[in-house]
Amino acid sequence: MSAGSSGDLPTGPAGAEMSVATPAVTVPVVAMIRTMGLVALICGFAVTLAYQWTKPYVEANQRITTARAVSAVLPTAATQKAFVLGADEVKAAAPDSAPEETVYVGYDAAGRIVGVAARGASRGYADLVHVMYAYDPQCACINAMKVVKMNETPGIGDGVTKDPGFLENFAALDVRLNADGSALANRIVTVKHGTKREAWQIDAISGATVTSKAIGRALDQSAQRVVPRVHRHLAELEKGGQ
Amino acid sequence: MALNQEEPLTLDTFVRGIWKENPVFVTLLGMCPTLAVTNSATNAISMGLATFFVLLCSNVLVSMLRKVIPKQVRIAVYIVLIASFVTVVDYAIQAISLEVYEALGAFIQLIVVNCIILGRAEAYASRQTVVSTAINSIGTGIGFTVALLCLGVVREVLGAGTLFGVQILPGNFQPWVLMLLPPGGFFVLAGWLLLIDFMKQRKERKALEHEGVAAHGR
Amino acid sequence: MAGESLGFIFLNALLINNFVLAMFLGICPFLGVSGKKDTALNMGVATTFVMFVSSMCAYGLNFLLVALGLEFLRLISYIVVIASAVQLVEMFIKKTSPALFRALGIYLPLITTNCAVLGIAVFQTAKGYDIVQSAVYSVGAGAGFTLALMLMAGLREKLMLADVPSVARGAGMTLMLAGLLSLAFMGFAGLGGGGD
Repeated sequence: MSAGSSGDLPTGPAGAEMSVATPAVTVPVVAMIRTMGLVALICGFAVTLAYQWTKPYVEANQRITTARAVSAVLPTAATQKAFVLGADEVKAAAPDSAPEETVYVGYDAAGRIVGVAARGASRGYADLVHVMYAYDPQCACINAMKVVKMNETPGIGDGVTKDPGFLENFAALDVRLNADGSALANRIVTVKHGTKREAWQIDAISGATVTSKAIGRALDQSAQRVVPRVHRHLAELEKGGQ
Repeated sequence: MALNQEEPLTLDTFVRGIWKENPVFVTLLGMCPTLAVTNSATNAISMGLATFFVLLCSNVLVSMLRKVIPKQVRIAVYIVLIASFVTVVDYAIQAISLEVYEALGAFIQLIVVNCIILGRAEAYASRQTVVSTAINSIGTGIGFTVALLCLGVVREVLGAGTLFGVQILPGNFQPWVLMLLPPGGFFVLAGWLLLIDFMKQRKERKALEHEGVAAHGR
Repeated sequence: MAGESLGFIFLNALLINNFVLAMFLGICPFLGVSGKKDTALNMGVATTFVMFVSSMCAYGLNFLLVALGLEFLRLISYIVVIASAVQLVEMFIKKTSPALFRALGIYLPLITTNCAVLGIAVFQTAKGYDIVQSAVYSVGAGAGFTLALMLMAGLREKLMLADVPSVARGAGMTLMLAGLLSLAFMGFAGLGGGGD
């Protein structure tokens, strides 16, 4: 296959011969089917083997990655347990539970709740920004946030993982519930750099507003769903540590 | 070279894929991954190795089955073979390192439509012996990985001051972030092509000069 | 991701995350076919059509595979569907517009190996789009591909009259132009308010 330096399209043999009429000599259909069957067999075998063989490793990898992220936001937790918080009930998470629905409760050595870790995601500059944050029922606040996956601009948007001023926002982000416990009393909102007045606001990084806003939205959307449910089922979650 | 004639196995069969017929720099194939995943040297080498594996396995298999695959459906057969090996590589990378898997993203699956692999299968593997194909594929795979590394190293060093994650430029070096972004990929590849073209033209000019001298040197 | 509005999806694929200039898909035809505006337009339209057809087939196929628990066959089935879609489109164009078929010539079968087409199928699955979102996404991506191709063709046609240094002729110049276009398109980021 050659490409002319004038930028002509490479005339790949693949392309050339696909448009040419089939030759006069016809291959017996049986031979064709036999070959394709053989190829399908080889391929099916290879793919299935690879899938089955790597499945335990892939799942282990995912578990390790999740555990690491949870430990990063719940450093004082001795053990973690995964739950799926439904609207009306709490159940232990199964291996095939959707990651977005799962929360991770951290217990200390004595079995008391240290915090609840959950995920959030929202669109940033390039793609979704994924976060893992820790909610502390004692202080009704988010006390840790870690960016788990992002594709933001290096040197600008990736300040959300490094900028110490930005990370301070998440030492005690107020997520009190409203009077009937159905939603947050105040939405988590990202405000312009230097204009933070309330404990539920996030001070954006100057020059990286889009990514900062993504973090704010990710936390808000997730917390609005997770925090009321945590409080509704707090007793059951506490029991999980025993 | 007559299409059905089998080539003798020489050193050229191997070296060809690395320099003279380097898939990226000479035949301009496989551009998409070359630009997309070379924002760090680690990603570059991972993609290079993944493509190398698929190239080798699928071409060897095509060569083994070359006498049995009917002409009309050969492209479909090649594609299915390549897709299977890409699926295998996809799962393998997931199992080895989730980080690399997420860094490479969708481009692992896009190895299927990497013109290099289909091109080699059609132009070479379907006509040559298994051993020749294997050697040629190894050479082409190495050539591709080298090309990816050329871009990856330049982009990472200039864009982040690190190499394979290790800081090698002094701390006060202001990284040229553009190198890690899409425009940087285009510019660095253009730079390499310019350099290679320049060297080629210089070699041709020297050859012409020598011919001139030889002709007049009597 | 299901919360994205259709307008945003279209704008995203067309400008913000342009398939060629930001996501590096479809570079081979971008370098090869962008010499003249007419061929660029034809290629762009043909590719958009194939993208749309493949996107719909891939959606249906994914539905089936998930229902049967055969996700690991996804890649193989997608690429076979794309190859078949290209064959079908080729036959369709040959029947309805032989002139167009001759104009496109060899470019049509090469759409099979266009990473952008497989990219659509892979991305729409990863993002979990429903059928309408997938349709809009594929058309938007095709439009973005065509846009990039047309822009490059326009630039290269103008440059044919300029004095380009010999080392840069061909792919070198095209790539540098692409880099500048990509830089320009980065300005579209944040369009649409960051989606919500």
